[in-house]
Amino acid sequence: MISLNINGVQREVEADADMPLLWALRDILQLTGTKYGCGIAQCGACTVHLDGQPIRSCSIPLSAAVGGRITTIEGVANGDELHPVQQAWIELDVVQCGYCQSGQIMSAVALLEKNTNPNDADIDMAMNGNICRCGTYPRIRAAIKRAAEIKRGGKSA
Amino acid sequence: MSEAGNGTTDNGRRQFLIGIGVVAGGTAAGLALRPWLVGAADVGRPPADFQPHAFVRIRSDDTVTVIIGKSEMGQGVYGSLPMILAEELDVDPTKVQVEIAGVDPAFNHPFLPAQFTGGSMSVMTTYDALRRVGAQARAALLAAAADQWNAELITLTTDNGVVRDSRGRSLRYGALVDAANRLSLPDPTAITLKDPSTFKYIGQPQRRLDSPIKVTGSATFGIDVMRPGMLTAVIARPPAFGARLRGFDATAAKAVVGVVEVKAVPSGVAVIAQHTYAALRGRDALVIDWDTSGSKQLSSEGLRQEWRALAKRPGLVGKNVGDVATAFRSATRSIEVEYELPYLAHACMEPLNAVAEVTAEGCELWLGTQSQSQDARFVAEALGIALSEVRINTLFLGGGFGRRASAVSDFAVDAALVAQGVGKPVKVMWTREDDMRGGYYRPLSFNRVKAAVGADGMPVAIHHVTVSKPVLANTAMGKMAVTKEGLDPSTIEGSADMPYAIPNLRVEVHNTREAVPILWWRSVGHSITGFVTNSVVDELATLAGRDPYEYRRELLKEKPRHLAVLERAASAANWGMTLSAGHFHGIALQESFGSIVAQVAEVSVFNGKARVHRVTCAVDCGLAVSPSQVVAQMESGILYGLSAALDGEINIEDGRVVEGNFDGYRVLRLVDSPAIDVHIVTSGGPIGGIGEPGTPPIAPAVCNAIFAATGQRIRRLPISKSLSA
Ligand code: FES
Ligand code: FES
Repeated sequence: MISLNINGVQREVEADADMPLLWALRDILQLTGTKYGCGIAQCGACTVHLDGQPIRSCSIPLSAAVGGRITTIEGVANGDELHPVQQAWIELDVVQCGYCQSGQIMSAVALLEKNTNPNDADIDMAMNGNICRCGTYPRIRAAIKRAAEIKRGGKSA
Repeated sequence: MSEAGNGTTDNGRRQFLIGIGVVAGGTAAGLALRPWLVGAADVGRPPADFQPHAFVRIRSDDTVTVIIGKSEMGQGVYGSLPMILAEELDVDPTKVQVEIAGVDPAFNHPFLPAQFTGGSMSVMTTYDALRRVGAQARAALLAAAADQWNAELITLTTDNGVVRDSRGRSLRYGALVDAANRLSLPDPTAITLKDPSTFKYIGQPQRRLDSPIKVTGSATFGIDVMRPGMLTAVIARPPAFGARLRGFDATAAKAVVGVVEVKAVPSGVAVIAQHTYAALRGRDALVIDWDTSGSKQLSSEGLRQEWRALAKRPGLVGKNVGDVATAFRSATRSIEVEYELPYLAHACMEPLNAVAEVTAEGCELWLGTQSQSQDARFVAEALGIALSEVRINTLFLGGGFGRRASAVSDFAVDAALVAQGVGKPVKVMWTREDDMRGGYYRPLSFNRVKAAVGADGMPVAIHHVTVSKPVLANTAMGKMAVTKEGLDPSTIEGSADMPYAIPNLRVEVHNTREAVPILWWRSVGHSITGFVTNSVVDELATLAGRDPYEYRRELLKEKPRHLAVLERAASAANWGMTLSAGHFHGIALQESFGSIVAQVAEVSVFNGKARVHRVTCAVDCGLAVSPSQVVAQMESGILYGLSAALDGEINIEDGRVVEGNFDGYRVLRLVDSPAIDVHIVTSGGPIGGIGEPGTPPIAPAVCNAIFAATGQRIRRLPISKSLSA
C-alpha cells in the first residue's frame, strides 16, 4: 500500500512504487481530470502540483510522490468557488475540445502562485510545456493575464 | 432526416447529461455539475415531459433539454446547435440542458445515411431543422395555453419560456407540458419561422456552454470512461505497414503483476490488464515475431522520387478549361515548379481509445467518435452480430480533426474484438506512439505546376499535376464521390475550382496506392491545394512584378464575396503599410466548405527560423450563427494549419513511421503562437462551415511572407525543413 496526500485527503493506493503517478490517479483513484497525452513529459496534459510545483505526473513514479502534497485539477477550486484561473478561462471562452485544459490550468495556477503579474515572457516560460492541439494559445495567454487581475481583486464578469 | 417528424429517442438509453449553466461571480453553484452518469442506472423519461421531437424535451419544472446528435470535439456544437433551437422556442440558450444523443436515424446527417460529424457541416445541415423543431414546440405550447385560457391564439405571445396573453395572464412552459401532450402537434411545415431581423440569440456572442465542466476536469472524454469491473488493454501493433504476426511468446507478459490475459486480435497482440500501467509493462515484456519483409521497400523518400517522375506524365484529367498548351506558347514568362507536402498525423490531444463490453445481448461501446453509425456497422460485422445489438455511447472527443471519423472504425472495432470473450468491459488505450504510428494520415502530395503570365503580367495558364493517394476513395464515401474513371474530388478540390480567374486551367491527377493508410485531415484536400495554388499565384505576381495583394484583387474582380474578404483581411492587417523592422506580410485566400477565408501573416525570419507574429483573418461564412464560435474556430484552424506548416511531417522508412511522439512530431507551442485577429464579413450568403476553412490559407500566407522576407520560395513543407539558414 502506498499512501498519498491528494487534494488534502490521504489516499491508499495498491500499486508498484514505480507506477507513474498519472496512472494511479486515473486508473486507481479515478481522478480522471488529469489527462494522458504523451507519457514522456512532452505535452503537459498530465500536469499536477507536487508541493505546489507543477510536475508531469506521467513521468513521476509513485515513490517520488509519497510524503508530498499532490493537487490535481479536481482540487483547484475552493469548494464551489472556482479558482481565478478557471473563472478567467470561462470568461474568455478558452476551451475547445478541452482535453489539454486541466494541464494548462494547473500550469497557469502554479505560475500565478509565484508571480502575481506575469508578462508575456513569463507566460511563455511557464506554459511552453503544455501542448494544445485546438489552438487555444492566444486565449490562454489572455486568460492568464485576466486571472492575475481577478486574483488581485478584479471582479470576474 | 425527417425534418420535424416524430423521431423519438430510445427511451431506455443511458442519458448522459451535461448540466450547463452560466457561472455567476466565479462560483460553481448553479452549475449543475452533474457528473456524467457513466455506469448509473438508466434514466427513463417521466411521463410529464413534453417531447415533440427527438431534438427537444421540456419538463414540467421548466427544464428545456436539447438533444444533440453531433459530436463535440471542440468546435462548439453543444453551444451553437442549442442556440438555434432556443431562438425559435424562445428560451434563453444559456439555460438549456444539453444531452448527447444515442445513435438514432433521427440524428442522421441529411446527406448521408449515417450519424456523422464532419465536413464542417453541423450548423449548415441542422439549422433549418432545429429552427423548425423549436418553432413547432413553441407553437404547441401556445396552442396549449390558448386551450387552457380559452383565448384566441393570435392574442398570445411568448417571452423567454413563458406564454403571455393580452390580459396580463402568463403560464410557464413547464406548466403547459401536460396540456401540450394532449394536443396533436402543429404541422411543422406550416409554421412561420422568425424573421431573422428579430433574432435575439442567433448572431449574438455567446459563451461556450461546456466550459464549466471542462475547466474543472469533470467533463468525461472517452478515455475517462470507467465501467464496473473494467479492464484496460493495450495492443502490440504491427511495427510497419503491412507487417504480419508470425507468432508471439506471452510468458513474460503474463508474469507481469496485473496482466490478466494476452491474446491475438486482427490488429496485433492485446495485453489485457487491471490498469494501463500493467498493460504497458506486459506489452513491453511480450516477445513477438513480426514478418516485415513485405514493407522493406516502403519509404516516403522513395515515394517522393517515384512520384516526381510520375508527375511528368499525363494523368487523369480533373479539369480542363481552355487550352493550356496553346496558351503556354503565347506566354511571356513562365515557371515550372514542384510543390510537396508530407504525410501528417492528426495528433488529437486525446490519443485514440474506446471502451467495449460484449455480452450475450450484444456489444456496448463508449467512445469519442465522429462516426457513430459506421462504427456500429463495422463492429457488428467484426463480431458477427446484428446491427441492432450494437449500442454506442458518445463521449466528449479530445480532438477529432477527421481522425475520429475513421474510414474503417479501427479504434471501435479493436476494442470490440479485444473485449469479445473477456466477459468484462475493456478499455483499449492507444499510447501516443500507437496513435501516431497507427496510420491514417493526410496524404503525401507531390505537385508539378507549370504556370505562365502574358504581356500584361496576368496569368494565362496553369497546368497542375497532383500525385497522391485519394482520400474519399479510401472511405465509404468513395462509392458516391469518385468518378468511374477514378477521379476523387477531394484531390482536386480547391485547385480545379480555385476562385482566381485563370483563363486556361488544366488539373491532372495520379492516384497512388502505397500501403500507408490515409484519411481526411482537417480541411481534406484544401490544405494541400490551398498551399499549392496560393503559392503559385504569388509566384506569378512576382513574375509580373506586381504586389501579391493587388494581383489577387485583379484575379478576383468578378467575385464580389471573395474580393470583400480579401480586402477586409488586407485592410485590417494594414497591408502595404510599414511594419516593424524585419517583419513582412504574406496573403492567401481559400474557399472551402462553403466559406471564404483570407489571411495575412506577419512573419520575420531570423537565423533560418520563421516566426509568425500576427495573423489577420477575414471570413465570410454566410450567416455567423454563433460569432464567438466562428472566431474560435478560425483561431483553431489557423494554429492547426500553422503547426503543420512549420514543423508537421510524418516520415516512413522501411515501412515504419519514424515519428512516434511529440519529441519527433513537433507541434506548435504557446511561445510560437501568433496573435490572431478575426474579422467576420457579412455577405448574406448561405451558411458555410467554420471548423475547417480556417486551416488552408495559413501555410501559403506564411510562405508568401517568407518569400517577401528572404526571397526564398518554400515549395516543400514543412517550412522548418526547407528554409535555408
Ligand atoms: S502525458 Fe505527461 S507530459 Fe504528456
Ligand atoms: S482544447 Fe483541445 S487540445 Fe487544447
